[in-house]
Amino acid sequence: MSMVPTLLSVEGLTKSYGGVHAVRGVSFELRAGEILALIGPNGAGKSTCFDMLNGQNIPDSGRIRVLGAETTGKKPRVIWRMGVGRTFQIAATFPTMTVRENVQVALVSHGAQLFNLWASTARQARDEAGRLLDLVGMGAYAERPCGELAYGDVKRLELAIALANQPKLLLMDEPTAGMAPRERVELMRLTARIAREQSIGVLFTEHDMDVVFEHADRILVLNRGTLIAEGSPEEVRGNTQVRAIYLGEGLLYDARHREGASA
Amino acid sequence: MAFYVVQFLTGLASAASLFLVASGLSIIFGVTRIVNFAHGAFYMLGAYVAFTLTERFSGAFGFWGGIIVAALAVAAIGVLVEMVLLRRIYHSPELFQLLATFGLTLMVEDLVVLIWGPDDLVGRRAPGFKGAIEFFGQNIPSYDLFLIALGPVVLGVLWLLFQRTRWGVLVRAATQDRDMVAALGVNQKWLFTSVFALGVFLAALGGALQIPRDAVNHAMDLRVIVEVFVVVVIGGLGSIIGAFVAAVLVSELNAFGILIFPKISIILVFLVMAVVLIVRPWGLFGKPEAPARRTPGLTVNPWRPLTTNERLAAIAVLVVAAALPFVAGNYVLTVGSEIAIFVIFAVSLHFLMSVGGLASFGHAAYFGLGAYGVALLAKMAGLPMIACLLLGPLLGLLGAAVFGFFAVQLSGVYFAMLTLAFAQIVWSIAFQWVSVTGGDNGILGVWPEKWAASPSHFYWLSLGIAALAVVILRIIVFSPFGFALRATRDSPLRGEAIGINGKRIQWTAFVIAGTVAGLAGALFAYLKGSVFPDNMGISLSVDALVMVLLGGVETVSGAVVGAIVYKALNIWLVSQTDLSKLVLGGFVVLIVVAFPKGIVGTLEAFVHRRRKSSSSASSPLLTSRIESAE
Repeated sequence: MSMVPTLLSVEGLTKSYGGVHAVRGVSFELRAGEILALIGPNGAGKSTCFDMLNGQNIPDSGRIRVLGAETTGKKPRVIWRMGVGRTFQIAATFPTMTVRENVQVALVSHGAQLFNLWASTARQARDEAGRLLDLVGMGAYAERPCGELAYGDVKRLELAIALANQPKLLLMDEPTAGMAPRERVELMRLTARIAREQSIGVLFTEHDMDVVFEHADRILVLNRGTLIAEGSPEEVRGNTQVRAIYLGEGLLYDARHREGASA
Repeated sequence: MAFYVVQFLTGLASAASLFLVASGLSIIFGVTRIVNFAHGAFYMLGAYVAFTLTERFSGAFGFWGGIIVAALAVAAIGVLVEMVLLRRIYHSPELFQLLATFGLTLMVEDLVVLIWGPDDLVGRRAPGFKGAIEFFGQNIPSYDLFLIALGPVVLGVLWLLFQRTRWGVLVRAATQDRDMVAALGVNQKWLFTSVFALGVFLAALGGALQIPRDAVNHAMDLRVIVEVFVVVVIGGLGSIIGAFVAAVLVSELNAFGILIFPKISIILVFLVMAVVLIVRPWGLFGKPEAPARRTPGLTVNPWRPLTTNERLAAIAVLVVAAALPFVAGNYVLTVGSEIAIFVIFAVSLHFLMSVGGLASFGHAAYFGLGAYGVALLAKMAGLPMIACLLLGPLLGLLGAAVFGFFAVQLSGVYFAMLTLAFAQIVWSIAFQWVSVTGGDNGILGVWPEKWAASPSHFYWLSLGIAALAVVILRIIVFSPFGFALRATRDSPLRGEAIGINGKRIQWTAFVIAGTVAGLAGALFAYLKGSVFPDNMGISLSVDALVMVLLGGVETVSGAVVGAIVYKALNIWLVSQTDLSKLVLGGFVVLIVVAFPKGIVGTLEAFVHRRRKSSSSASSPLLTSRIESAE
């Protein structure tokens, strides 16, 4: 395992608003193919942390590096070009285009063709888009208007868009928010499978503890802007400090699984 | 020194009215999210009604009473407008709201001329403030001092109203989150109506108070609305303090700008506005605007290139149009050329609006720049026609590159206001820079060369260029650039997250649209043989907007149909009635309220529905979904 390169390295990330320290000295690393969950109660600083990683927010201090290259304070579009894909808490797609066209735009952007005024986009990267859609199980919906999709399908489309630049790192902000329970499991299984196959590192925030404990290789727990625990799901579940301040849900999880085991 | 002080005080006095109107606009926007274009019209109505009342009733009581009653009466008209029109469009896209209130403005302009006549009306002096006060040898009208005091007083009253009354608390709450206020059980309808009434009252009061200073005329609405837009862009929409500070700033810049650039004083205001926009895009006291609402019901079907059959049909239509000179006379051909030119103009705006999602309210600026470009090249440099046609539009390109750079920093209503203000600036340069542009007299004698001089030849030229423009813009729509532009329109957030530099894409689109508009203007100069400041006037910008809407803003090339129908109708209407603005305004309001999808959009929706209902029974996708659900 030690041969797997460090994909994302975060050192001393700090951000405050006025007197409020939203994020204080957060440091962690993420290796290729690893699925890392960032959890914490509301207001813990997850979103601030996330926004600094994807370039929507500029840290006061600290460094973020992707495969050794500095991304701190860079614009989202620049970070994307450095091989970081992302999905949004509320899925963001292009509703007036077809599902295939949604992916084609991302592919065209990846191919640095955005200022091409003359070629027909329809012929560009058509098959590549179809392949990505098949990968996320949306191949049958390729010609549908994106605006008509069910929300779960929009989330899968968003994943396909995020994969268009062959990212090395995928940032997913509450990937399963607003989805039905079965869809959640499917989406996360899909993400995990793709991540392992293509050795993509995944960092996601999540409120649903079932999702977190089932899919994360490692968990970071954030509270009041600082990391209070880090480790495998078992380690985090056993951490008394985490239990004390946070895991109301975790206890339920334990109880439910013990019930399941005894039954 | 004393001179400068007096100049400063004059500026402060002008600021009072501007502040009243701008604060009214800001308050209305804060709660209803409507940028009330008709605000200038209410200002003008206030002045006219106050003129009538103060002439009718003598004495101090008659004057001051007349002013207050005028403002109240116009506020009552405002309430009527809100209840009859605005309540129907609160959930429409902003563009439609701006257009509907613009339609109102057009109607009021004609109504005012109908009631009060076309001549300027000079009202009487304010009782008690008739004299002037001497200040180191300079005279300051005492009425100016009254206005200077009035501004802060109104600001104070508004502050008390919003901080100390229950109604004010509701208004502030609604400004922050109107859905939440509605959820808390507040009667939103009457809150909106009362806010609109207050805003209109302030505008009308601002107009009424101008009587002793300025003649009342039927062009004062547009003059003030442009200044007010500049004020709220600088001060920040929704902020009353911002409106006050910016009103003072703009008025002082005007007062002193005249001393520095006597011919083009508005340049100074523009420069300040540009600086503010770069440093604080949401104005000095404003807050960033939330992303525009998506309107449910206005769903867009994904665009697709024409099928082979549709292409053949389009070519057939073009061939028929090209055969027109064999059957029609010179008048029809000249009208035909004009329509072709407006097709070019309309598709250029349509490209910006539909594909780019950027509704420019000042697109005529680039049309006019193209026209002036041709006129200057032909008259001053004496270049041949072909060279002029190729180089003239470059002036449109240049203007679009400069103004577009600032404009695309903003979106939605800010974008609309800013483009309108830019167009007004270009217009006033053309109007005031007499030595180059000929001012009001324009530039005459720009005639086509022999090969294009006959009506049929010029018609073919215009038709050919129009066809070319439509085809090129369509190609761009379906090019990667077009996709990036649509992506930025649909979701700037997602666009940025897949590496799209939205601002640069939009700027490029703005330049493309401006250049094509400049091409239309270049042809127009040759068609008319002359150019005038009106070639970049507001009414031309609105003509273009109406053509786009009429065709259907969600279509790829609906503007072609919109331009043909609208221009033909317009030419016919002007020959039939003196009240063309009234009819036109009513028409605009009707489209917005009744046919928001436009001609082509309505047809497409109809065809789409029929196709859907005939095929839904056997849709493989639907059945497979049902199966998988089971």
